[in-house]
Amino acid sequence: MAMNFEFSEEQQLLRDQARGFLSERCPTSVVRAVLDGDADWDATLWRQVADMGWTATVIPEAYGGLGLSYYELAVIAEEMGRAVVPLPFSSSVYLASEAILRFGTERQKTEWLPKLASGECVATVAMSERAGNLSLDGLTTCRGTGGVNGEKSPVPDAAIADVAIVLGRTDSQLEAYLVPLKQSGVTLESVRTFDTSRGHSRVTFVDAEAEVLGERALEEDEWQRLMDGAAVLLAWEQLGVAESALIQARDYALQRFAFGRAIGSYQAIKHKLANIYVKNTLARSNAYYGVWALAEGSSELPLAAATARVAAIQAATFAAEENIQTHGGMGFTWEFDCHFYYRRAKLLSLVIGSEAVWQDRLVTALAAQSSAAA
Amino acid sequence: MDFNDTPEEARFRREAATWLAENVPSEDEFRGLSPLQQAKLWQKRKYDGGWACIGWAPEFGGRGASPIEEVIWRQEETRYELPATFFLIGQGMIAPTLMAWASEADKARYLPPLASGEEVWCQLFSEPAGGSDLAALRTRAERDGDDWVINGQKIWTSGAHFSDYGVIVVRTDPSVPKHKGLSYFYVDMKAPGVEVKPIKQLTGDSDFNEVYFTDVRVSDAQRLGEVGQGWQVALTTLMNERAAIGGGFGQMDVSLALSVAQEVELDGKPALENAAVRARLADWYVQESGLKYTGYRSLTALSRGSLPGPENSIGKLVGAPKMQAMASYLMDLLGASGAIADENLAAKAGIIQRAYMGAPGLRIAGGTDEIMANIIAERVLGLPQEPRLDKGIPFTDVPTG
Repeated sequence: MAMNFEFSEEQQLLRDQARGFLSERCPTSVVRAVLDGDADWDATLWRQVADMGWTATVIPEAYGGLGLSYYELAVIAEEMGRAVVPLPFSSSVYLASEAILRFGTERQKTEWLPKLASGECVATVAMSERAGNLSLDGLTTCRGTGGVNGEKSPVPDAAIADVAIVLGRTDSQLEAYLVPLKQSGVTLESVRTFDTSRGHSRVTFVDAEAEVLGERALEEDEWQRLMDGAAVLLAWEQLGVAESALIQARDYALQRFAFGRAIGSYQAIKHKLANIYVKNTLARSNAYYGVWALAEGSSELPLAAATARVAAIQAATFAAEENIQTHGGMGFTWEFDCHFYYRRAKLLSLVIGSEAVWQDRLVTALAAQSSAAA
Repeated sequence: MDFNDTPEEARFRREAATWLAENVPSEDEFRGLSPLQQAKLWQKRKYDGGWACIGWAPEFGGRGASPIEEVIWRQEETRYELPATFFLIGQGMIAPTLMAWASEADKARYLPPLASGEEVWCQLFSEPAGGSDLAALRTRAERDGDDWVINGQKIWTSGAHFSDYGVIVVRTDPSVPKHKGLSYFYVDMKAPGVEVKPIKQLTGDSDFNEVYFTDVRVSDAQRLGEVGQGWQVALTTLMNERAAIGGGFGQMDVSLALSVAQEVELDGKPALENAAVRARLADWYVQESGLKYTGYRSLTALSRGSLPGPENSIGKLVGAPKMQAMASYLMDLLGASGAIADENLAAKAGIIQRAYMGAPGLRIAGGTDEIMANIIAERVLGLPQEPRLDKGIPFTDVPTG
C-alpha cells in the first residue's frame, strides 16, 4: 500500500483556525479564572465555540449539524486539550451527542440534536456509581413505574447540563435513560474534584421523569462502541494536553539557568524531555490509527481505540508530571500554569475507564484480531 | 486518510511485482552458496534487470525512482524470502557520501559495482577512543608526497572481513581543535598494512571487526572533501545511518508475545488471563503500533513529495529497549525453560533468547540510546548542547583520562 495517512488540507486549516481562536479566546488566564472561581465553566467561551460550529461538527445536517467527519472533530479535540478548555466539550460532544445520535429514536434525535449542535443545550453522560471502574453488570440505577431511581457520582458537567444520558439496568437489561436535569426528581450536589476547571456533581434520581434512549435495551457491545469512539476523541484531547506540557517544559528548560547554564543543556533534563517527546509521538501516531478506524467505520476500532487511549493516557500523565519536575519548586506553585496540565491529564484518564481497563480491552481485541487472522 | 496507491503508484507496483515474480531465484539456484554469495547473486540479478538501488541516477546503476517508489519496491521485495543483505552500509550510507563528495571519475568507477553488489564497502569510523565522541578519533594520516600514510586502529567495523573498500576518517592535524583536524578517505581493504581481526560478540557471533592500519599508503586522490573537512564529510555518512539501521527488530513482536502468553500457564491458567501480563502486552503493543503508524505518517510525507519530519528518529530508541524488555519478560513467563537457547528444544525456536542476547548490541549500534535521546533533545526540541571541555583547544591538549 502507499499512503495517505494524514489530515486533508482543509482539516489542517481547521486546526490552524482552532488553534488561533483558542490561543486568543482561551489563554491560560481564562482557565485560571474558572479554576479560582465558583463557576463550573466559561459560559461565554462555550457560546463562542458553539458559534464556530464545533459542537455541531459530526451531527448530520438533518439535525442541525455540519455533517463533517470524525477527522474534523479529532482536530478540534486536540486543540481543546492544548488550551485545557474549561468547557463541557467532552461530555456534551464526544459522549452525550454521540449516544443520542447512535441510539436515539427519530423523535429523540429531532428533539435534542439541534439544540446540542447549536450549543443552546449542554448534555452529559452519567455512568459511575461508586469507587472502582464501571461494571456494566453491577449498575444499580434502574427504571421503575414512577421514573428513574439511583445515584450517580461523580457526573462531569451535570450542574451546567440540561440533560443527561444515564446508564442503568432494568429487568437485567442494559438501558440508557434520557433524563432532563431541571426537574424535581433530580437533585444535584456539587462534588469537589482536583480539577475545578470542570464541574462535577453527585446526582440523585428519585422517580425522575425520563425516557429510554432508543426505546429499547442496549447490547453491551453497542455501548462499548460508543466508549471506543469517545476513547479516540479523548485521546486527541489528551494529546493536546501532552503537547502543551512538553512545550512549557521545553521553554522553561531553555530559559532557566542553574550552575551557570540553561538547565536544558543537562542530559538529565534533555533525556527527560526526549522521553516526553517519544511518548507524545507514539500517542499521536496511535491517535491517527484511532481516528482512522473511527472515521472509516473499521472493524479494527476496538483495538485502535484502546491503543489510542492507553498511549494518550500514558503520554499526557507523563508529560504533565515531568513538566512540573522540570520546573522544580516553581512548578509546584499555584501561580505557575503547570498544574493545569497535571490536573486535566489525570482527569481525562479517569473518565470512561482508566488505563488498566483499556489495557485489558486492548489485549482482548488483539487476541480476537489475531485469532480471526489465523 | 486511506491506504490506497495512486494510479501511478499502482502501475509501478504491478511492474515491480511482475519482475519479481519472474526473477526471484529458486531454492535450487541458492543451494550450496554461502549467505554472502546468495546475496551477491540476487543483487547482481536486480542490477542487470534495473532494480538495484532504484533511487539512484541511471548513470550509477539506478533508475531515478522517487522515495515512495523505493518504499513500494521494498514492500514488494519483502514478500519473498530472500538472502540477508550485506550491502546496507555501502549502498545506504557510503554511496550518498560518494555522490556528494567524490570526483565524477570516482563516482563512475565505484558506484555501479556498489549497486550491483560486486564490490562491498565498509565504514571505518569508530575507534577504541572514539565512539559516541567520534571526533576524538586518533588514527592519523601523514602526508608523504602524493600519498598519505595511515597508522592506527578502527573498531566495530561491520563487514570489514568481506569488504573490498572502506571509507575512513583520520586525523591529519592534531594541533587544531578536534573537529577541524580530520580528513576523509576511501581505502582499498586489500592494501598492504590493513589487518582485519574479527571481534567475538557476547552472542558468540562475529559480525564486526577491529581493523589495524600499519603504514597503509593511500593516494591523495582518494580523499573526499578538503584536508581538514573530514567531519563534514562524515556527517553526510552519519545522517544516512539512522535510515539504514532504524527498522527491523525481527520476529520479536507482540504477536509472538501473545502466542507465548497463550501457551504457558501462570497460576494454573493461561498467562494471557493474568492482568499483569496483559498490561505489559498492551504497553508493548502501544509502542509497536505507535512506531508502525509513525512510519505510515512518514510514508505519507514521502508520498506527497516532502521529507519526513523528525518523528522517525524514535524508531531505534523505542524499538531496541522494547525488544530487550519483551524478550526478558517472555523468558520469565517460560520459567526455567526460558534459559533453553537450543533452537530444537526452545520455545519459538530460540527467537526470544537470541533477541535478548542481541538486544544490548542494538541499543548501542548506530548511536546509543543516550545519544539518540540527545539528538532528539537538541535537533527536535532545540535544547542546547552540553558545554564541552575540549571545545576550541588543540586536540593534543584534550584530556584523555
